[in-house]
Amino acid sequence: MKKVAVVGYAQHKILPNAGALNEVELIMPVVHKVFKDLGISQDDIGFTCSGSCDYLQGAAFAFVEGLSAIQTSPPIKESHVEMDAAWALYESMLKIKMGDADTALIYGFGKSSPGNLDSIISLQMDPYYISPLWPDRISLAALQAQILLQKKIITHDEMMATVIEARNNAANNPNALLTDDISEDLYRADSLISSPLRGFDCPPISDGASAMVIASEDKAFDFTDNPIWIEGIDHSIESSNLGSRDLATSPTIQTAIDNLKLENINFDVAELHTQFSHEVPFLRKLLNLSNIPTNLSGGPLVGNVMMCAGLDAIGKTFQSLANDQLDHGLAHASSGPCLQHNMVVHLERHK
Amino acid sequence: MIQAGVIGVGQTNYDSKRRDVSMAGLVREAIDKAMLAADIEWDAVDAVILGKAPDMFEGVVMPELYLADAIGAVGKPVLRVHTAGSVGGSTAVIAASHVCSGQFKTVLTVTFEKQSESNATWALSPRYPYSPHINAGAGGYFAPFIREYIRRHKPPEHIGWKVAAKDRQNALKNPLAHLQIPGIDEKMVSDTPMLWEPLRYLESCPSSDGACAMVITSKDTVGPRKVAWIKGMAVRSEGTLSAGRDEVNPQGGIDCAKDIYQQAGILNPREEIDCAEIYVPFSWYEPMWLENLGFCELGEGWKLTEQGATALNGDMPINMSGGVLSSNPIGASGMIRFGEAALQVMGLAEDHQIKDAKIAMGHAYGGAAQFFAMWIVSSSPD
Repeated sequence: MKKVAVVGYAQHKILPNAGALNEVELIMPVVHKVFKDLGISQDDIGFTCSGSCDYLQGAAFAFVEGLSAIQTSPPIKESHVEMDAAWALYESMLKIKMGDADTALIYGFGKSSPGNLDSIISLQMDPYYISPLWPDRISLAALQAQILLQKKIITHDEMMATVIEARNNAANNPNALLTDDISEDLYRADSLISSPLRGFDCPPISDGASAMVIASEDKAFDFTDNPIWIEGIDHSIESSNLGSRDLATSPTIQTAIDNLKLENINFDVAELHTQFSHEVPFLRKLLNLSNIPTNLSGGPLVGNVMMCAGLDAIGKTFQSLANDQLDHGLAHASSGPCLQHNMVVHLERHK
Repeated sequence: MIQAGVIGVGQTNYDSKRRDVSMAGLVREAIDKAMLAADIEWDAVDAVILGKAPDMFEGVVMPELYLADAIGAVGKPVLRVHTAGSVGGSTAVIAASHVCSGQFKTVLTVTFEKQSESNATWALSPRYPYSPHINAGAGGYFAPFIREYIRRHKPPEHIGWKVAAKDRQNALKNPLAHLQIPGIDEKMVSDTPMLWEPLRYLESCPSSDGACAMVITSKDTVGPRKVAWIKGMAVRSEGTLSAGRDEVNPQGGIDCAKDIYQQAGILNPREEIDCAEIYVPFSWYEPMWLENLGFCELGEGWKLTEQGATALNGDMPINMSGGVLSSNPIGASGMIRFGEAALQVMGLAEDHQIKDAKIAMGHAYGGAAQFFAMWIVSSSPD
């Protein structure tokens, strides 16, 4: 099986409201950027895969428009997942491993500003028994936060520290949406949205897009002297029935730890697809990252492009390893309420 | 690349309203049949790949989350594919890629649509800012392409009626098919009202509820089972509004077909392929795709239909199961083509079996005739 490396990544500046700038206009600059960085064009790409959600655009087949951002003449080998683009990366990796392509372009995009994200995410639940109650995404996350606090797996102070640290880290991320510092007093004064989550504990409504290029071991060195290898990648899902899940732990994260043998790896950096503050200390403990710099980009708390934030975690980890000459990075992507579906990626720079 | 094959196909019965089952019940019905046919238990399933057309058809966002339990994915990797109408085919290709990559031994793949939960023509007519709202549905969208085909090649008017009658006659031999119209013939089709010139009511696909599942495994885990070996598979996409695009005979379809023929070592598709399940949601797409897929020269496709070559007893049978014209749970319609092709080479197609079928083709298309997925399956691994 061929090894696969990340060779390029570009992210649009995250916007609170892109207005009339449509999805194509968000995707095109990042695809052009990553191509320009690598000195390539769509002709050099063997497989293209994107991740998006029709409901964010409010139209069936909305992803089709995304194709207008790239060159499709002559026709291309292409596919689309209605998932975070981290899973588009996963599909692309399979295509390279099977020998169907040597290079792949992955892009993800989302505009949450035009619609009502709470209503849209409500529709991820059981359509017969749960969705009619319109549980919003913040209340669902609060359920897990409450359990984690009650079981003393995390503390309120850790949540607050996460928020403050995210804003501090955002100062070093030119694409971050929220960069204002938050003091402890300011945090404590923020009103509760859904107990125990305050406004600052939740991600901002965000618009944006990102693109990534990956390559097989045969091709990677054509693009860069410094490919970052996908050493391991693992994902799995939990039940949709919140009542049958133990929200105080994560069997899917544990599976990834076992399958990727993470306990043997000394990570230098980690980026987690943690949309809510309580998820950061929770996952850091599960993944044994307590002493590892985590979410140096600020993470989703300072900019959370739906369908793209998971790919961004992988892209930011790639950038850390490539730019800071680090060896091992851990990236995480997730989907569904209360971290239902988790992906863990082990990236490595070979010395 | 690791060789993969289909060892089980499961389909629900197709109907306009499957009120007896939930969405979860619908997908599970197809999965149970596929796993029974494949003779495997849940612990043998390494990953689950779910496909369906837009979430707006049912109003469930990213339904792999809600369906995780019903599709047996809990504790396993799950991927959700959405490539418009071609999704059933693309999903099969991606499921097989899981095995061919060497990352997984056995995968379960399932596609579905429960159109009765919503209104497909509404969902198919998106309203975009700064764009005129066409509100055409699929038939209104494709009718101009068909009119252009007729302008180019001057086929007689009854070709569309003939395809529509032939596929519904085939459906009478497939107990799962949605439309069962005893005595269906060209006259009955031609007597129905005009919907979108030149398409009459019975020249259009129905709206169906249904699901189709397959179990795909690697060569070394097949055991003594019946297998449809995947000899070639490919996808192609082209932009909706690419300059110079020929919507009637899209380059993406031509390229995709050439790709799978090359992988399978097929030089003359009409001679070497025993039968094919092709995505024909509107009658005229049979001759249009016959040409696009290289079964004949341009302008000759309607003659194959006219001569009866595409009938069950013809030399190039097309849509033996009744096709999309007889059952159309959109998200599953592509996988039904792929699964029916597999059933033919496994010899399991019962009353609509083509005798001694050894090589079969599955085909799906979607979007504005811009997304293509195809495969070739064979009764032999070599």
